[in-house]
This record gives sequence, C-alpha cells and structure tokens, in this order.
Amino acid sequence: MKKNRVEEDIYILAIESSCDETAAAVVKNGRQVLSNVISSQIALHTIYGGVVPEIASRKHIEKINQVIEAALAEASLELKDIDAIAVTYGPGLVGALLVGVAEAKAIAYGAGKPLVGVHHIEGHVSANFIEHPDLEPPFVCLIVSGGHTHLVVVKDYGEYEILGRTRDDAAGEAFDKVARAVGLGYPGGPKVDRAAREGNPRTITFPRAKVEGAPYDFSFSGLKSAVLNHINHAKMMGETIHVPDLAASFQCAVVDVLVSHTVEAAKELGYGRVAIAGGVASNSALRAKMKENCEKAGLAFYYPSPIFCTDNAAMIGVAGYYEYINGVCSGWDLNAVPNLKLGER
Amino acid sequence: MKILGIDSSSLVASVAVVADDVLIAEYTVNFKKTHSQTLLPMLDQVAKMVELDLQTIDGIAVAGGPGSFTGLRIGTATAKGLGLALKKPLIHVPTLDAMAYNMWGSDRLLCPMMDARRNQVYTGLYRCRLSLEVVKPQWAVDVRELMEDLNELGQQVLFLGDGVPVYRQQIEEGLKVPYEFAPAHNNRQRAAAVAVLGGEYFKQGRIVSAAEFQPNYLRKSQAEREREERQRENE
Repeated sequence: MKKNRVEEDIYILAIESSCDETAAAVVKNGRQVLSNVISSQIALHTIYGGVVPEIASRKHIEKINQVIEAALAEASLELKDIDAIAVTYGPGLVGALLVGVAEAKAIAYGAGKPLVGVHHIEGHVSANFIEHPDLEPPFVCLIVSGGHTHLVVVKDYGEYEILGRTRDDAAGEAFDKVARAVGLGYPGGPKVDRAAREGNPRTITFPRAKVEGAPYDFSFSGLKSAVLNHINHAKMMGETIHVPDLAASFQCAVVDVLVSHTVEAAKELGYGRVAIAGGVASNSALRAKMKENCEKAGLAFYYPSPIFCTDNAAMIGVAGYYEYINGVCSGWDLNAVPNLKLGER
Repeated sequence: MKILGIDSSSLVASVAVVADDVLIAEYTVNFKKTHSQTLLPMLDQVAKMVELDLQTIDGIAVAGGPGSFTGLRIGTATAKGLGLALKKPLIHVPTLDAMAYNMWGSDRLLCPMMDARRNQVYTGLYRCRLSLEVVKPQWAVDVRELMEDLNELGQQVLFLGDGVPVYRQQIEEGLKVPYEFAPAHNNRQRAAAVAVLGGEYFKQGRIVSAAEFQPNYLRKSQAEREREERQRENE
C-alpha cells in the first residue's frame, strides 16, 4: 500500500454524525486538536426518552454545514489547507451516518481532497492519543458507550484484536434503562452517576455476570433484570426506593465487571498500558476504580477528558490521520455501514 | 450560466449539467435505491465525460422535497458539501414542480404524483404550456381525496410519477374527467428539469447558501406525529 507523505504538517478535517451529535473538527498531525465543534441534540430527544433516528437525521442535515464551517474558522484554516477529509461511516444509525458520509464525500470531491472513511469505535479509542502524547500501541482498551461494550488490544494504529464484547445490552444501555426505571430520565449515564454519589454502593448486592467460556465477554441484561425486580419487589411491599443507594449499587456492579475484565486481560496478556474510551468512560466511578486497580497491578492508565469521551469529530480526525498516513483512501462510493464490525474495512 | 441539477428524492437518481440553453449531460438511473453509493460516482462520471470544471458552475439545483426522507438527505448533503467546497449557491427546486416541468408544452392540467405509502401521494397541480404555473402547491393527500379534487376542477389531466403504477386502479375507477399518462422518457424525476427550472430561479435571485439550504419533507417524523396524536388524545 502506498504511504502518504509525512514530512510536512498534516491537517485532517473530520466529520461525525453517527448518532445524535453533529460534529466537525480539525486535527493537526494526528495529535493536536485545532478545533472540536459539537452540536448536541440531546434536549430534542429527551422528550422521547431516547434518540429518535429520523429526528436525529433531520437535525444533522440542518446543522452540518454550520458545524463544519465553524470547525474550519476556529482552526483558522480554509478548506484548501486541509490534506484529507475523514468521516465516520459506521457503526451507528444509518440515516444519521448517511448525512455525514454524503456531505464528506461531496466536500472531498468538490475540493479535490482524499476521503478517509473512519470506524466510529476506532475513533473512540483514538481519543486517548489527543491528551497523551506518550501513548502508543500496543495497549488494552475498554470501549464503553450507549451502543458498544468492547474490550480490545490495540496492536498498532488501526489494528485491533477483540478480546471481548457484550452478549446483550451495552453498558450505557443498562444505565439508560435503569435510569428510566427509577425516573431519573434520559440520558441515563450522567444521571445515575450523579445520583450514585449520594448513595452507598454496598446497600444492595446485584449480580456480577460471568459469561461461560468467554472470560472477557460481558452481559448486562441479568443485572438490568435484577435491578428491575428489586424495584418491583419494593413497590409490592410498599417500600420506597432510595434512588441514590440503588444507583450506587447498580453502578458498582457494572464498574466491577468492566474493571476486573480489563485489568485481568492486561495482566494475563502482558500489556503494561490500559485505556478507556466511549461515553461511559466519563463515569466517575469507572475512572476511579480503574485507576485504583491499575495502580495496584502496576499498569499505566489512560483516559480522555469527558469532551473527548462523548461522540466528537476530533477523535475521528485522529483515527483518520493514522489511516491516511497508512495510505487508506475511500472511494466516491463509500456507503454508511450501520453494523460495521471493528477491524473491518 | 451553468447549473448542476441533482434529484435523489425517489428510486431515481439523476444528475445533469445545463449550460445556458443546452443540456450538456444527464445521467439518470431508475434501478436499485443505493443513492449513497451511486450519486457521487454518477456526478464524477458525468464530469469526466464532459470535462466539467466544477468551478465553472454557477449554482447547484436540488430537488428539495418531498420524497424519500433518506433520499432527500443524500441529495441535500451532496449539494451542501459541493456548495461548501466550491463556494457556490444552492437552488431549492420543489420535487413535484420539476416533475411537472418535464411536461413543458402540454396544455393539460399536470398531476405529478409520488407514492407516499398508506394510500397517500405527494402531489401538486400545475400548468406548463410555456412556463410553469402552480395551480396547487405540492402537498400530501389521500388518493381518493385527490380524485375528488380533480373531478371538481373538471379539466383534462396528465399524470406522471411513481405513484401512477401504484394507484392506477383508483385513478381509473375514481376519475370522471378525461386523463392520460405521460410516456416513459419523462414520467419520472429528471435532473435536467431540476437544472433548467433551477436556472430560472437562479436568474430571479431565488438562491440560498449551502448552509441555509434545507429539504422540505412535507411530513413530520413518525415519532413527532405519534407524540402529537397522544397529546391530542390526552386533551
């Protein structure tokens, strides 16, 4: 494969529209974020209790040019200064992805720039490179968000080995469902996190699921059912639920499994570095527990700032940079792939 | 004046380049709905074939809706991206206006119709003897209701669009006025019509920036409709 030149500075314009954030960013040399613009739709979807795909797609098309123009302006660059256009092409909501993909293709075509299709999850992993100049592959990375729960080894830039994944609900999905059940609302992750700070995680013992024969896989549907059963039982007995205690106990069960799997994998496979990524990587309990257990095990622990944990385009620009210098170039027929697997091209 | 026309509002994907009074190129495909994979390669092929320097385009005309929600967004995002990169204005051409324009020269009442599912069509009523006259602007309507409207108007109708094969029986049974169906070469969306009509709008100054351009879906999303219904029931 032809490698692209790297002697000069490389500027990537990145676009992300896989779910409910319309985002664009400019990234220099794969590590330096010159701009990171995010137009969030969360408020719009809150009244529906979750992301409505058609509404998300409509908002993307409404805002996308303004977001891209703001990203270029904030970086004090013009399109002619950009070396390549990177765009998330999967996984995600197909209608939402299509807006970013069609837009990015047309910009690249119109401006005569190369186009680089980026995997959304590779973007999340790459968010760790932004604030940690010393971090390089290989390392173990836990990716946790509303749609994904993956434990991977990042063997090299763009090269992944999947160690484990969820068998049912994503970690963030479990947060959303529990939040809904106790009336905390959407999005569940930050709301459960906040409530749990006032609660005692040892009040209720919820199950920590192991998947038979797959030591690094996850399962959260049993935990979710246990929480819902607990709530129903309390209601039947006429007891009031102490939401902070329940939130803390549930969160502790999720975090325990996420942390133990990740640290086990790093130790077992002999990697000295651990990173986390995705929306749930903002969770304060997960960060604290992972830090504590990594320190005990003598592992270096990396995590992105919350702004780079949420869906953003800067992370797509980072991942796109490494694809670009490796000679990856997408065709004008690039399509959105809603269930794109990690490591697939 | 050079106008690029784009229509991906239905099963048809179409791109065209019109320079002054001449259609330089048109690429229209009515096959499988994979517009996200086909639309830009189609434009690329057309551009290569006619050695089109994109910078020489004055405006980008897009069939702005109604149509398939996803199809409209692919065409719109393509046009918005091109507009952003080339710093060119966009021209919003209502999908059904452009379809009526296919029948330029006809003295009939023109009724383009797109299947909108659930016995509904997106339609509009037009005349286009020498220039386009909008008799009734595009709207979404039940086919039976449309037939009643047409019977009331009492004029000879010319139908076109992908709604025709779907609702042909209802047209034949419900219509009391004389009617005809347009032939194959102009009974579906064509980007040439979008570009020519877009050129007229361009001359009138009816242009918008790529950022401002928005598709017109004519319909709210299902989630919004259902929510409004629930709210009405609760009142």
